[in-house]
Amino acid sequence: MRWAGANVIELENVAYSYGGGELLSDISVKLAPGSFHFLTGPSGAGKTTLLKLCYGALLPSAGYVRLFQTDVRSLERDDVAQLRRKIGVVHQDVQFLDHLSVTDNVALPLTVSGRHAEAAGPDLAELMNWVGLTNRADARPPQLSGGERQRVALARAVIMSPDIVLADEPTGNIDWEMSQRLLTLLVELNRMGKTVLIATHDLGLIRAAKAQVQARVLRISNRRVQLAGADL
Amino acid sequence: MRSALKSLRTLVAGDPYAGRVVPPSGFTAQLTLFASGAMAFLAVFALALSLASGRLAERWGNELAGTATIRIVAPQDQRAQQTAAALQVLETTPGIARARALSDAEQQALLAPWFGSDLPLDSLPVPRLIEIVSAGQGFDATGLRLRLAAEVPGAVLDDHGRWRAPLVAAAQRLRLLGWLAATLIVAAVAAMVTLAANAALAANAQVVAVLRLVGATDRYIAQAFVRRFTWRALVGSTAGVVLGLIAVWLLPSGGDAPSFLTGIGFQGIGWLVPLLLPLVCAVVALAATAFAASRALRSLS
Repeated sequence: MRWAGANVIELENVAYSYGGGELLSDISVKLAPGSFHFLTGPSGAGKTTLLKLCYGALLPSAGYVRLFQTDVRSLERDDVAQLRRKIGVVHQDVQFLDHLSVTDNVALPLTVSGRHAEAAGPDLAELMNWVGLTNRADARPPQLSGGERQRVALARAVIMSPDIVLADEPTGNIDWEMSQRLLTLLVELNRMGKTVLIATHDLGLIRAAKAQVQARVLRISNRRVQLAGADL
Repeated sequence: MRSALKSLRTLVAGDPYAGRVVPPSGFTAQLTLFASGAMAFLAVFALALSLASGRLAERWGNELAGTATIRIVAPQDQRAQQTAAALQVLETTPGIARARALSDAEQQALLAPWFGSDLPLDSLPVPRLIEIVSAGQGFDATGLRLRLAAEVPGAVLDDHGRWRAPLVAAAQRLRLLGWLAATLIVAAVAAMVTLAANAALAANAQVVAVLRLVGATDRYIAQAFVRRFTWRALVGSTAGVVLGLIAVWLLPSGGDAPSFLTGIGFQGIGWLVPLLLPLVCAVVALAATAFAASRALRSLS
């Protein structure tokens, strides 16, 4: 489903508190369909928290988070899970089911949504090829290198053909060459019409991306989000 | 019950891939199998005890309710005359199928366990016994006592009610205790499965986090655990029931003179009752795991 015109993610005056302290305050962000955004800021600024708010893993203390025009607070937990199938997420410390093969882990979103036939279909093989992991299809996640794990996570994140891809420090644990390869994949996804939001403090990655795609950079500073200047 | 059966059907015929998302082995797997097997084994004995007690209560109730005894306690020279008078009274009493005086040999046989077989019955003041077998709804014991008091002064009617009632009550209580024991065993299975499911969910917190990340609903995650524990309970309890039935079958039989201890076991359709145990254990495991998963997933949010 395309969301032409309507924002796929909307945060309006969002605040988030934890342990008595306010981590984020008065955040307003709108992500249009097909846009490419970076979220940057120092470690501990709240990038991961903001990302979690963007896929309904956390609920705001104040304000509104709307995913595909729906207020997440009005949803039951299982409704949020259904909505999450339209959002692919890649974490820095990616987690897999270690007892399943790489292919089964990539196909996991299909499995949990009852689309088993597709889990064994040609799309999966094509996806494995796209991320360059055809030869690692039967391996177990603990046998993978950091870069391979990130690519498996990306494949898993996009297998449901989500409208949005969120990535939290996707290049944090991998070398420059591998991070460029991963960025290329994310840029390709954006060219396919996916909305991409990457949380990172890697300025090199942001500059490399801006050379390939029109990306906006949001910076978290003092619990608030502001649009970064043209120097980024 | 209907929803539990529906869940069980969904579980059996449902998504075969769902079970794969939970790591296959672990300590809780063996624990659940062993505990449900042991519990089912014990439950078979509790049921055997209960059913045997029920049969005993019924047999004692039926046998003793249909018979009564008259003792003729009279001087030696009047005993035969009063016995004949008592039999005449019994002949005209409604509700009595037959009545007969026990012979000397029969009375001697009754006393033999205590006094030996060479007891000189004629020289002892042993009362003459009349055995009464009642018919249909039985006889009016109060009315018969009054008639005997008037016509046969040495006759004492004993309808066995004095000692029959506590025996039947005891057997019925034992039957109740058997069912209570079986129920407690099933409750223990529920508690054990709940603990094991909680432990499994806590140990698989990372699996739950991954599943949620890729869009699995809590219902889906819960079902993966429910399916696993239900199957384990079903397999374990089936093995326990089979072993229990073999053990009961191997219990020594009392032959022609069954006593309570040698009568413990199943008879006829009673052999089918323990076969329900695996199904009960599976339904209990399903409900217990669903409850545990629902609570655990809420706390893991």
